[in-house]
Amino acid sequence: MIPGINRTSAIFFKEMAQLRRDRMTFGMAIMIPLIQLILFGYAINTNVRDIPVAVVDQSQTGISRVLIQMVEATRVVKVTERYATVPEAEAAIKSARVRAAFVLPGDLASRVARSPALGLGTPASTDEETSRPVAQWIVDGSDTMIAGSIKALRNMPLDELFRQAPNRSTPTFEVALFFNPEQRTAINIVPGLVGIILSMTMIMFTSSAIVRERERGNMEMLINTPVRPIELMIGKIIPYIFIGLVQTAIILGLGHLLFKVPFGDKLLDLFFGTLLFIGASLSLGLVLSTIAQSQLQATQMTIFVLLPSILLSGFMFPYEGMPVIAQYVAEAFPATHFMRMIRGFVLRDAGLADLYRDVLWMCGFFVLGLIAAAFRFKKRLD
Amino acid sequence: MSGEAPEVVVKASGLVKRFKDFAAVDGLDLTIERGTIYGFLGPNGSGKTTAIRMLTGLLTPTEGQAEVLGLQVPRDAETLKYRIGYMTQTFSLYGDLTVLENLNFMAKIYGLPGKTRSRRVSEVLERYDLTALKHRFAGKMSGGQRQRLALATAVLHEPQLLFLDEPTSAVDPESRRNFWEQLFDLVDGGTSIVVTTHFMDEAERCHKIAIMEAGKKRADGAPKDLMAAMGANVAEIEGLNLRDIRRRLLDRKEIVSAAQLGARLRVLVKEEIADPVGFLKAAPETEGAALIEQVRPNLEDVFVTATGDGRQ
Repeated sequence: MIPGINRTSAIFFKEMAQLRRDRMTFGMAIMIPLIQLILFGYAINTNVRDIPVAVVDQSQTGISRVLIQMVEATRVVKVTERYATVPEAEAAIKSARVRAAFVLPGDLASRVARSPALGLGTPASTDEETSRPVAQWIVDGSDTMIAGSIKALRNMPLDELFRQAPNRSTPTFEVALFFNPEQRTAINIVPGLVGIILSMTMIMFTSSAIVRERERGNMEMLINTPVRPIELMIGKIIPYIFIGLVQTAIILGLGHLLFKVPFGDKLLDLFFGTLLFIGASLSLGLVLSTIAQSQLQATQMTIFVLLPSILLSGFMFPYEGMPVIAQYVAEAFPATHFMRMIRGFVLRDAGLADLYRDVLWMCGFFVLGLIAAAFRFKKRLD
Repeated sequence: MSGEAPEVVVKASGLVKRFKDFAAVDGLDLTIERGTIYGFLGPNGSGKTTAIRMLTGLLTPTEGQAEVLGLQVPRDAETLKYRIGYMTQTFSLYGDLTVLENLNFMAKIYGLPGKTRSRRVSEVLERYDLTALKHRFAGKMSGGQRQRLALATAVLHEPQLLFLDEPTSAVDPESRRNFWEQLFDLVDGGTSIVVTTHFMDEAERCHKIAIMEAGKKRADGAPKDLMAAMGANVAEIEGLNLRDIRRRLLDRKEIVSAAQLGARLRVLVKEEIADPVGFLKAAPETEGAALIEQVRPNLEDVFVTATGDGRQ
């Protein structure tokens, strides 16, 4: 037992000494979370605003001008181009100068008069046969998020057109937005970023850990010593656990300062949950490291794991929106479980007990990964 | 661990190691006695490294048995690792760690307790002339310095048996001589050493050698005995047209080999010829030779007779 601990600590101090001298790796460990947090925290925004659109005003009346101003006032779109004909506007969409075109027909005034959205009240104006939409949006629908934002303009009330107070209609449902009432994207992105950056750096570091010994020619000497595989594995991951915790602190601390993302009250749960995720990622990296024959292969395998961790984990797109099979696939990655956990801790004040399924899964992944890596590591050359 | 070290440190019979259908070692029998330096002499690819790797438990023999320090390998390889030292062919310590860090690391890996560790580390630093270099990065040292560090690391835990795989291939002659002095010091201290080499002068320093070729042991014994029992006499010819003489002589079945060494032709004549000098002088092939005389055989001659194209 004691020699085992001594050997593990020998590996640990050796890794630390090597890491300290590898300025590039050490620098990356700090700079990756710092720069990516600032970049993504500001850049990623799912509340679409100021979509560039073109206007084709065939009516050229006071009403059309007011209507255009009302649409612009929503801040969803911004009129950047004006065209006389629809084909010109379509060409502009095709060449991506604008994402949509707002077409106001020549008979705009009579359409407005009949529109139920205006609610002028005479029976004729609400007649379905005579009333038609007042104008048309031609949208580049390939991006569903942009299309959705413009589709939301479909039922825009027209009361303001005649300086009337908006008709206060009672919504069918009341919606109470918990945890992120202002609907700021950063609230959701920053905790998720912890999972992505940890996945990336932790798996990357350890996936090359064993293979590096082989590539640098240290392996033959190392396997000739009494060191046990499990001692080697544990000694190798401990330094990166510290790095992972520092990265988490950088992301959440800076996220709090710059984007006012709360820490939540469950700091201890957050700490242990993160620790578990770091452990699971590191042991996954170690398994890859025992498979890879070179550091290049290790990097390729890391990317193979990293992409689904970003795209399927719920970081970018809602987990629930994926087909069931994809959900099963996503469950295999530690990042998916961590996404749920950290958003729970930070945003919903959930604890480890509330998320026990993810906690158990992560524990199992960590232990099995470590055992698999130690088992796969052979102290033989044949 | 048995207290008394056995008299025979390595005993192997019928060791075979096949990689796919290539036999790197093919039926190796070995007996290595305690307190000796045992050398594997052979060209690259003759199976020396593979043999050592099987004896340390790094490779599993395809066939055969091996017992090292009374332990079965590869079964008891992990126990054995505490009692043997190993110096790999290429430098395999950490280039980005200092001399002292490398030594401390290995001392901890071998489980030396705190006090013994610092004592042993300063002992080997002193003995292998590394004290002044202890804060130098291993990767920034010369070949000779690295070799001393590698040896220092290999003996840190005071192994009973030391395996050295071509330890002097990357160092200058001066370092090589010093290195062998250190090996004899270790033997005096009771350590047994197994070393591979392709240098004849090094092989000659060993107590016993095994001549390896194509995975097989062609001959073994003390260098002196091997020279005495070579099965051929050696003569040297001086004169003009040595290259022509050599070509003609090689066609004679009585001649084992002929090799030019500067202005002399070294000829190995089969033992059956009682008077090699007389035989050569009488032979028409040596026409034009100025001088023919018998000389003392050396290990290279032994190597040539032992390995030459199946001619034993």
